[in-house]
Amino acid sequence: MLIIFFFVNISLGSVSIPTLEIFKSLVGDIDNESWQYIIQNYRLPKAFTAILVGSGLGISGLLMQTLFRNPLAGPFVLGISSGASLGVALVILGSGLFGGVFASLLTSKWSIVVAASLGSFLVLLAVMIVSSRVRDTMAILIIGLMFGSITSAVVSVLSYFSSAEELQQYIFWGFGSLGNLSWKELFIFFLIYLAGILMTISSIKGLNTLLLGENYAKSLGLKLKQSRLVIIIATSLLAGTITAFAGPIAFIGLAIPHMTRQIFHTSNHKILLPAVFLFGGIVMLICDSIAQLPTSDYTLPINAITSLVGAPVVIWLLTRKRKMFF
Amino acid sequence: MIKKEQHIVLETKNLSVGYTSKKGTNVIADGINITLQKGQLIGLVGANGIGKSTLLRTLTTVQKPLQGDIFINSKSIRDYTTVELAKQLSLVLTEQIASKNLSVFELVALGRQPYTNWVGSLSADDLAIIENALQQTNIVPLKDKKCFELSDGQLQKVMIARALAQDTDLIILDEPTTHLDMYHKAYILKLLQRLAKETGKTILFSSHEIDLAIQLCDVMIVMNSTSVISGTPCHLISDGTFNTLFPEDLIAFDQNTGSFKVKK
Repeated sequence: MLIIFFFVNISLGSVSIPTLEIFKSLVGDIDNESWQYIIQNYRLPKAFTAILVGSGLGISGLLMQTLFRNPLAGPFVLGISSGASLGVALVILGSGLFGGVFASLLTSKWSIVVAASLGSFLVLLAVMIVSSRVRDTMAILIIGLMFGSITSAVVSVLSYFSSAEELQQYIFWGFGSLGNLSWKELFIFFLIYLAGILMTISSIKGLNTLLLGENYAKSLGLKLKQSRLVIIIATSLLAGTITAFAGPIAFIGLAIPHMTRQIFHTSNHKILLPAVFLFGGIVMLICDSIAQLPTSDYTLPINAITSLVGAPVVIWLLTRKRKMFF
Repeated sequence: MIKKEQHIVLETKNLSVGYTSKKGTNVIADGINITLQKGQLIGLVGANGIGKSTLLRTLTTVQKPLQGDIFINSKSIRDYTTVELAKQLSLVLTEQIASKNLSVFELVALGRQPYTNWVGSLSADDLAIIENALQQTNIVPLKDKKCFELSDGQLQKVMIARALAQDTDLIILDEPTTHLDMYHKAYILKLLQRLAKETGKTILFSSHEIDLAIQLCDVMIVMNSTSVISGTPCHLISDGTFNTLFPEDLIAFDQNTGSFKVKK
């Protein structure tokens, strides 16, 4: 299914290219050079980015939900995305304050990536430290939301003092975009993503144990602090780089793990992890295909589409909470 | 009564439990010297707030002892790594498990975690031990049910099966009979007694079911405001220890029936 939607996704775009030609272009046997160019340098990287973003956000949402023992946890709710936003805001909006050559250095793509990763890691760490003092899991969520509002307040202050151009750059980043990555950037993205996924795979056993709660997990020989740290680092690597490269994509992280649990009727991470990976990739490809607005020249902000898909799912989950699997 | 060959599974030496905070140390109970033998069923009783949970939390390394030491199979618990300890000591806690979307089999299988490889694959041996644990607790028919479909009594049996699957010499249960009706209270404690006999495991539980514990336990540990006393139920009845459990204004222990009676 992932592969099917992958092709559907490539075949859609503002320039219509016949399906047959797309297959031809993939094997490098095509006459029309501009089509070849569009597919190789625009649509293919975008489709790969969609898969990485969807699966990565889904997995980091799954990690957060298991770690915090809370079905409403996710990279977005726990302030990771807002942490990344703050990092990016500081770089884009704050660069005016530094001025000169330093500013152009700061606004390069890599500094945005680093700032977003760092921001998400720091906010998640802060949420973890504060939440280790409270027992109530609902309190953890509220703390995450509070950190989120603190960061957005700081962003507001920064935007107040920024130029219109910087502001626009930041707002466009906030819309989310899958299409701006070159192959080289995609490669770096993939490396960091891979590191996050490998760390996640190494914690499958611990994640299953955490389903019993932390005290049981510890009594089963789990090194709690160590595995907690690995899970947090994996999440911030995944959510942080995704937010850095594609902007703050809403709801995917929260909704995908739930949809997957509903479909597979299990909480076993050995099954959930690959399922979330595939499902996240598929949903993101679908969202991106919708964003292309088939047969039109416009492309909608991807973030609007994911929210349009995600928000009803969250509402639906809450209204039938009694039967919710977790 | 002549004891068979003795093997001390758990021993505390001059143990003192409580909390340390910025204001200083708050000693809940001190001078605790208890020894638990292999194959014994031990009941820990005491009034609310007397420190049963604190003692159990200390024995299970959730919190550190203020003083003294705890030995499991003659080795101090401080010298165990978490995985090694998980092969010696398994728990049934009062807290709810975080996810009830696990099937009974999956939950019991999690008991094998200390023994499995890095992804937690189950070997044939693991499967045999899990099957055995399910049989010993009479929950084989529930195997494929989800935990949220179970009654409290069934769930408690599943948690006990999980502890059995962990294959440890010592199982500690914190109030395994709360929320259960009278029949299931007796059922669970009787099950624990049978398991201690059949498997040779040492099973320590805290409970408010003093009547039942007196009938079923090999040894009881009584916590009152001044001391921690252990002995056989018969011995504790005859030396009047149970009278010290509660304030004497409302209920009193009747030595003849082995139960508490409300004062008229």
